[in-house]
Amino acid sequence: MHTVTVNAEGSVVEVIFENDLKNVEAAEGIVQRVCTSLGFDEEDQHKISMAVHESMINAIWHGNKNDPSKHVWLQFQVSHDRLEVHVRDEGTGFDPGSVPHPLEPDNLLKISGRGIFLIRSFMDDLQVRSVPGGGTEVTLVKRRNPNKEPNQGGLHREHEGHSTPG
Amino acid sequence: MSMKATVRQVNSVSVVDLSGRITLGEGCSQLRELIRDLLNKGHKNMLLNLAEVSYIDSSGIGELVSGFTAVSNKGGQLKLLNLTKKVHDLLQITKLLTVFDVHDDEAKAIASFDKAARA
Repeated sequence: MHTVTVNAEGSVVEVIFENDLKNVEAAEGIVQRVCTSLGFDEEDQHKISMAVHESMINAIWHGNKNDPSKHVWLQFQVSHDRLEVHVRDEGTGFDPGSVPHPLEPDNLLKISGRGIFLIRSFMDDLQVRSVPGGGTEVTLVKRRNPNKEPNQGGLHREHEGHSTPG
Repeated sequence: MSMKATVRQVNSVSVVDLSGRITLGEGCSQLRELIRDLLNKGHKNMLLNLAEVSYIDSSGIGELVSGFTAVSNKGGQLKLLNLTKKVHDLLQITKLLTVFDVHDDEAKAIASFDKAARA
């Protein structure tokens, strides 16, 4: 169950998810539709979707410690030259610089530690900040080609109805 | 869509046809258990056919690495077959193409196990 809000200008989409790994696939579906509406090509859609997937996993699994009473906020902010995706959890945060680099020879065969690396590889920028009052917000940035026309329908097609997280 | 797996025995090699998503949760757990079961049954040569795998995330990549290490530690070999472009690109940027023996022809992949066994 999640809530989708689209403002009148169609430049912001916000979704609130219950803290459940099953919602990651739903988030990917929304990412795909937003990216399609903005005119990103298939390769960029996949990169953005995967970056959001990894960020959602981090938020649900590491940030919110898989606690079903918590939530994850997913917000898209669109401007003429960039897409910003914000993923916010209710956790205590992390330092992306403290994650060992997965391409170092000693880390190549480690089971975990590639998520942040993949996000950095797929997006143009990654920022992590603590949210006043608690929680951590990750911001993913992908530049758009300002000369490329978005697809017909825009973001208004993303409206999914309203429901209250329970 | 969750992951599905079927196992075929070709000569001394267990060919595992995988499809769907290998991601944190069910997909990774299934793959881990499957490789463990094969090892417990004495099957030490595995060829994972990823042709129908639609999605692998960082946890799925970790599971492939974990399987590779587990099989190698038992004196066996785990190889990959039929990578999609997306999976190929993922293994390339994570430098794991330098770790895995990757094939796009099943017969040649099977033969490569036999050659390794004779060497």
